[in-house]
Amino acid sequence: MSTAGTGTDAGTGAAAGAPEPGSEPEAGPGAAPSGPPGPPPGPAITTSGLTKRFRGGQLAVDDLGLAVPRGAVYGFLGPNGSGKTTTIRMLLGLIYPTRGSVSLLGEPVPGAAARVLPRVGSLVEGPAFYPYLSGRANLARIDAADRTADPRTAAARIDAALDRVGLLSAARKRYRAYSLGMKQRLAIATGLLRPRELIILDEPTNGLDPQGTREVRGLIREIATGGVTVLVSSHLLAEVEQICTHVGVMRTGRLVFQGTLDELRSRGSNRVVIRTAQPGEAAATLTALGLADIRSADGEVSAQLADQSPERICRELVLAGVGVAGLDTPRPNLEDLFVGLTGEGFDVDG
Amino acid sequence: MSTAEATAVPAAGGARPADQLARTPGAVPGWLRLFRSELRLVFRRLRNLALLAALAALPVLLGIALRLAAPRGGGGGDAGSSFISQLAGNGVFLAFIAITLMIALVLPLAVAVVSGDSVAGEAGMGTLRYLLTVPVGRTRLIAAKYAAIVVFGLSACCVVVAASLATGAALFPIGPVTLLSGNTVPLGQGLLRVLFVTLYVAAAMAALGAIGLAVSTFTEHPIGAIATVLVLAVVSEIADNIPQFAAVHPYLPSHWWLFFDSLLRTPILTSDLLHGLLSFGLYAVIFCSIAWARFTSTDVTA
Repeated sequence: MSTAGTGTDAGTGAAAGAPEPGSEPEAGPGAAPSGPPGPPPGPAITTSGLTKRFRGGQLAVDDLGLAVPRGAVYGFLGPNGSGKTTTIRMLLGLIYPTRGSVSLLGEPVPGAAARVLPRVGSLVEGPAFYPYLSGRANLARIDAADRTADPRTAAARIDAALDRVGLLSAARKRYRAYSLGMKQRLAIATGLLRPRELIILDEPTNGLDPQGTREVRGLIREIATGGVTVLVSSHLLAEVEQICTHVGVMRTGRLVFQGTLDELRSRGSNRVVIRTAQPGEAAATLTALGLADIRSADGEVSAQLADQSPERICRELVLAGVGVAGLDTPRPNLEDLFVGLTGEGFDVDG
Repeated sequence: MSTAEATAVPAAGGARPADQLARTPGAVPGWLRLFRSELRLVFRRLRNLALLAALAALPVLLGIALRLAAPRGGGGGDAGSSFISQLAGNGVFLAFIAITLMIALVLPLAVAVVSGDSVAGEAGMGTLRYLLTVPVGRTRLIAAKYAAIVVFGLSACCVVVAASLATGAALFPIGPVTLLSGNTVPLGQGLLRVLFVTLYVAAAMAALGAIGLAVSTFTEHPIGAIATVLVLAVVSEIADNIPQFAAVHPYLPSHWWLFFDSLLRTPILTSDLLHGLLSFGLYAVIFCSIAWARFTSTDVTA
């Protein structure tokens, strides 16, 4: 989980793996002298043994070991109630873990939250702003809370962020009058008030219409092409499939899969499908090859591919005298994989 | 963990490390900026402005009522009645009458609304999570919140006194002020005493505001917090009037509120005033500590 890139930093022996929790006092201002920009150290997010048990006794997150590489677009998947939002709240220091540690951009959270969070933009659980203030005034309020933001450039940065999410023309409108899509975009704009190294978006397309979803997807892509690491939680698989490079899947508080999208696909139970006029003989051959879960229907025989190569299966079939009209290894469907990992439905786990 | 790593901002992403980090030592302007933002939030909110308007309207109504009733003089109550008998001769006393009447419920209500809403309102709206992930810093936010509450309490007292003085000057004669102890001081000194009374009452409201801030950290429902603060204030005032509770009277948060009349005697009864200020200070410290301890250790799930 922790990468080997720790020794490559400037000769300070910086450990970029999983830092111990609370080993860092809250950094005073000026504790970080500006030095030359070094190479990007370590992963963007790591957690180890991260656990949260709420006061009611409910185990929301259980021994989570997240590893988000720098520059990745990490899709954080899981049914509702599987612990994604609780995890994201712990990443951002809103909720204190019961056990385990969080490291953002190589800094412990919540220990060094004051130092690291300015480099992180986030949207947590939907937009929330002052209904009686305009969109621009709401962003000004957020910016005023940031002690590391330059007040002289505030107006320009706020307008730039509004422009990026397409809200500049509605900047003077009260938040109350915004549509759901506009509210969502304003929330994303808070993450764009200044350059970030990491953006964490919790369900950014929740409640958006197809155009809005498309826009947000485009925005995430654009952010990611700038080299910014993005963690986006979602239960919309199509969305994840289109923009993500890495995937983590949660189920009832545990990480049931983590890796690249290709790794997830290859993990799926790939099947081989044979079209033939002799399904009986084909099935017998497949059985002889040791393939499992053989199903035949309507001129088609399919089986779990396991570690057999399709070429060998084809050859064996032909040698056995089975007429092969077609042989296919269809790409596993992400939704099937997801359901396989997380169980029956989106809303059942609790 | 090296500090060098903390500053290692990758060139990717268009970051401007020098620009950002150069601002880091500027904690004081940052703090001022947050405080200004809090003030704007409090004083631009229509509800709070309506509260201040009501606080200004009450002394005007009171002055008109007393002007109409003036020939017959006032009745009932102790501190109030001695002020009312003075009012016919001097409009300045309308300020003392208004404060005496309004400190019982209306001023605490105004402070309860703003202080009870301070954290609970942000939590209820969800804006708290956005502020905390900026990150605003929990201690910093609570300090700015309390400072804004204190300023609002002071403004509320000033509004009451200013409206009273204006109404008093319009409806009654103005001149040298006869104090409760019987001696007369020039108008200028009388007004100075009005100022001291205003500050004393503002200190009392600051203590109540600390209680409100603490209550506010325990809930996501601002109405609940506001009601709780108001109920606490009223219960304290009732308990203060039950002789059987005499032993605890000096420790009640509202006990010293009316002792501002010590400022209207010569010599000024400083021991009562100092007791009062000590009580306000202790309440402020204790409840700000509770608010801080709660707010910095609690999970924000709203």
